[in-house]
Amino acid sequence: MDDLYREVIIERYKNPLYRGELDPHDISFEDENPLCGDHIRIDLRVDDQGIIREAGFSGHGCAISQASADLLLESVIGKSTAEIKKLTKEDVLDLLGIELGPVRLKCALLPLKILKAGVYGLGESSDDLLEKVED
Amino acid sequence: MTANHPTKSIGEGLLEDFPILNIEVHPGIRLTYLDSAATSQKPLQVIEAMDDYYRSTNANIHRGVHALAEKATAQYEDARKKVADFIGSEKVEEVIFTRNTTESINLVANAWGRANLNNGDLVVLTEMEHHSNLVPWQMLAAEKSLRLEFIEVTPEGELNLDSYKKLLDQNPKVVAFTQMSNVLGTINPAREIISMAKQVGAMTLMDAAQSVPHLPVNVAEIDADFVAFSGHKMLGPTGIGVLWGKLEMLSAMPPFLGGGDMIKKVYLRSFTANDLPHKFEAGTPAIAEAIGLGAAVDYLNLIGMETIARHEQEITAYAIDQLSKIPGLTILGPQADKKGAVLAFTLDGVHPHDVAQILDSAGIAVRAGHHCAMPLHDKYNIPASTRASFYLYNTRKDVDVLVSGIETVKKYFG
Repeated sequence: MDDLYREVIIERYKNPLYRGELDPHDISFEDENPLCGDHIRIDLRVDDQGIIREAGFSGHGCAISQASADLLLESVIGKSTAEIKKLTKEDVLDLLGIELGPVRLKCALLPLKILKAGVYGLGESSDDLLEKVED
Repeated sequence: MTANHPTKSIGEGLLEDFPILNIEVHPGIRLTYLDSAATSQKPLQVIEAMDDYYRSTNANIHRGVHALAEKATAQYEDARKKVADFIGSEKVEEVIFTRNTTESINLVANAWGRANLNNGDLVVLTEMEHHSNLVPWQMLAAEKSLRLEFIEVTPEGELNLDSYKKLLDQNPKVVAFTQMSNVLGTINPAREIISMAKQVGAMTLMDAAQSVPHLPVNVAEIDADFVAFSGHKMLGPTGIGVLWGKLEMLSAMPPFLGGGDMIKKVYLRSFTANDLPHKFEAGTPAIAEAIGLGAAVDYLNLIGMETIARHEQEITAYAIDQLSKIPGLTILGPQADKKGAVLAFTLDGVHPHDVAQILDSAGIAVRAGHHCAMPLHDKYNIPASTRASFYLYNTRKDVDVLVSGIETVKKYFG
């Protein structure tokens, strides 16, 4: 349990740094995990060069999905949308620093799935993206 | 371990009949199973009845003339008789075997609903329904342009009968409701709801998935037109459920699924339907599972449903008492005297998934999520809840383990 609920996860869950809606925003996407009802929205402000300048998430979910969202958004500030498209499951797990079973993996990857769907401009269904994220 | 003679002392005395309750789910950590509202555990008597069927009497039922076919048929029909007696149905052909509660309700919505409901007809449900008594009616409503209305749930988790009376003024054709909520635990006044529905001539269906396993339920007294429940929540196996229906209702209904066993005669372009109950049991049924359900009914009878209900009432009251003392914990639904052995709760600042995960590390199996009742959670404005549920094999000790587990959760998130 101490492995799963590392201090950083509890801390980010209780005191997130990137929680909030951005209005106006350049990119916004929301989705949920129908299994557990976790619902997350991610807003981004992107400059002319396609670099993420500001990011915020809102919604509700478990400690894993919320901490994942917060750590993920922190990591993408200053990155280009092209770089975001290359982010993988491993990147998220590295941020969280934990190993997860299949059920909780969905919680951890929900923010990345939403972030990518937003950056791809909804060109693909988010389910396809989830598969890409999990591969 | 003597499988044929279960101990009659309820609670801890039954543990030797349930092998799974004695396992270690994590190294050195014994299982504390508090998820019986999702599915119950199975006693040896059920496991062995099914094992014995496959070892010594397996054959397809009905129409076979060989010895095994006769034995298997007799066992299958004997199970039906046991179920009929268990729920107080005088006519054994009123018991239809299905896969589960969901299929039973779908059977009624499709076979009865398609034949009897028309554009604009009103179907009354409640805000506390499980998705299984919601979605089949939504599907039928979309197809036949029916109206769906809902009996309100009060903040205390009970049905608002005044809102029901107002809906009855609109002459609904169907009133379908759960006898016991799988989230709130509320035991609804079934007889009152049904007798009120009858005054306006509505068909009544009762979802008894949570009630039949835990309370004495007598279909003759309750007087609904249809009652649906599942085997796996009452010590039986998965894959077997029951639709009980009044003979005149079942007789007047067209069949649901077509195929073998549900026919009397088949021609290239037509068929005549079989007699009840076979008319609604198309194809080879779940034979071993029906036999397992029969054994489950025997087991429940041996303990006695009154005894089981009393035991659960006592544990639930104790659990409410203990959990109420935990700061930040809110129990959903009514007080112990109006509630079955289901305890859903929220814990301030901790998501139910995290609660369940940390409880699991202490060997405690609870459920986290919306428990197939999303609209009810919307109503209470919570995304999810954690649910502990109890059965005849649970003890006060299990409640104590739960309480200490919740303390651990609070330590992590404190």
